[in-house]
Amino acid sequence: MSMPMNKIGKKKKGKSDLGIAIIFLAPNLIGFMIFTLVPMVFSMVMSLYDWPLTGEHTFVGLDNFITLFTQDVLFWKVMKNTLVYVAAYVALNVVIAMAMAVWITSLKKANEFFRSAFFLPMMIGIVSSTMIFKWILSENGLVNTIIRLFGGDAPNWFGSTATAMIAVVIVSVWQGFGYNMVIFISGLLGVPDSVKEAAKIDGANAVQTFFRVILPCMSPSVFFAVVMTVISSFQVFDQTYVSTMGGPNNATNTLVLYLYNHAFKYQRLGYASAIAWILFFCILIVTALLMKQQKRFVNYEG
Amino acid sequence: MKRKKQILSIVFITFVTLIFLLPLIYMVSTSLKPKAEVLQNTASLFGSYLAGENYERAWNAFPFGRYLFNSIFVGVATTILTVITSAMAAYAFARLKFRGRDKLFFAYLATLMVPLQVTIIPLYMILRMLGWHNSYAALTVPPAFTAFGVFMLRQFFLSIPVEIEEAAKIDGCSRYGIFARIILPMSKPGLASLAIFTFVNSWKSFFWPLIVTSTDEFKTLPLGLYMFSGQYGTDWSALMAATTISIIPGVIFYIIFQKGLVQGIALSGMGGR
Repeated sequence: MSMPMNKIGKKKKGKSDLGIAIIFLAPNLIGFMIFTLVPMVFSMVMSLYDWPLTGEHTFVGLDNFITLFTQDVLFWKVMKNTLVYVAAYVALNVVIAMAMAVWITSLKKANEFFRSAFFLPMMIGIVSSTMIFKWILSENGLVNTIIRLFGGDAPNWFGSTATAMIAVVIVSVWQGFGYNMVIFISGLLGVPDSVKEAAKIDGANAVQTFFRVILPCMSPSVFFAVVMTVISSFQVFDQTYVSTMGGPNNATNTLVLYLYNHAFKYQRLGYASAIAWILFFCILIVTALLMKQQKRFVNYEG
Repeated sequence: MKRKKQILSIVFITFVTLIFLLPLIYMVSTSLKPKAEVLQNTASLFGSYLAGENYERAWNAFPFGRYLFNSIFVGVATTILTVITSAMAAYAFARLKFRGRDKLFFAYLATLMVPLQVTIIPLYMILRMLGWHNSYAALTVPPAFTAFGVFMLRQFFLSIPVEIEEAAKIDGCSRYGIFARIILPMSKPGLASLAIFTFVNSWKSFFWPLIVTSTDEFKTLPLGLYMFSGQYGTDWSALMAATTISIIPGVIFYIIFQKGLVQGIALSGMGGR
């Protein structure tokens, strides 16, 4: 009795569903190839060419990359701006998101209301948010009016090289930290009460409990959130395009904006493709560095 | 003592929330102030009367109705396309057996790391070749094929016990039947999350519409608002009226779908960012 059963089982296991699989995969796979895979390969090829929008394209090897790294002075400024933005944005975003998450979960009432309020700008989007801050941070806007009221020196936020990047970071953090806050709130709620009780019994105060017990418990989700925030912040574009166009004097010019300008303004598609791949490698390197640090900070047993 | 601390904490966080929401409050306030008064009593919340004419000025200057329609249409179309094709592919990756399956899935996953900007230039050229530039097809089709949906739904399908499928198979149910009558109904929360994420992403999207559209006919709300600011950049009361108009639909959507959105984010940690 058991023999034939086994046979049937084995036969089934080895059977391939290729025919059905093709039908199920086809719609997505065809789109994926046309709109992701082919452009990706093509972009790699283009980065090795001098490729104007119209006219002849010529193979130049690694010249685009060499020019970017050795001759393009603006590229280094753009690179520095991007790194400054990423560092400031990620740090502020994660710290504020965590602080608000801890605060909101500590409330016994209305925590859903406060969570919704701080998440709201995520739904408003970065373009509308930037419009609002362009007004609030304008020469005679609300913020400067308040600063002057207290006798302070009111800066020209988006208009001066010293403060433009700060203004961009402010908008971005205001609009974006709610996302990580939601992740952290659910992480905090997932930490078992028994763990917190145990820490209390051992005589740990609130700060110790947070850093030594709660944070290690939720470190995988915090780590993942940090990595995703880093990746998305490297791609900053909308807020600088809408508020400053990279100005004044390229103070807010970042990698994607630089790429956009070369591709769609100067129509140097090969050069722009090279910038795109540098962006990719920046993301890859930083993510790899974070992954390497992971063992030190992330606890997967909790 | 504990109670007192709680009350103090609530009072203080209410204050912080008000300051946090001040930009939005102030946006509405400015949009209802007479144009001439905007720069005089900057700090006050109200003008001498409620100036609804700002909304009229904004609405008549630019086709916001059209932008709104485009945003909704593009969002819905992208969402339907994404959910259907992702669910089918995810099922193949989760349950069907064929050679090279895991390698193919890994290729999908690897592209999640590659930002849109890397593919944007060839993509732009492909769209021109297809004659899709400045069309709904360009706005909806390419964004519908990201690996994210496949990845997310595959995880969801894997969590459904195989035994249920086996039982259906013994009862003579075909693969298509299993997919349509068992897997899909059991994955409603996952499908809903993906649908909400996709819509939100499309709704907020700026970079993609900026590149693939050139006329008002196909512009979406964020892009329309940006065009408006180019012409009315210093007419603050009109600009804030336009911004308010562009924000309202998203806020309504948020109020309705908040629960699903927040749960989806807490689970996946990456959609709708």
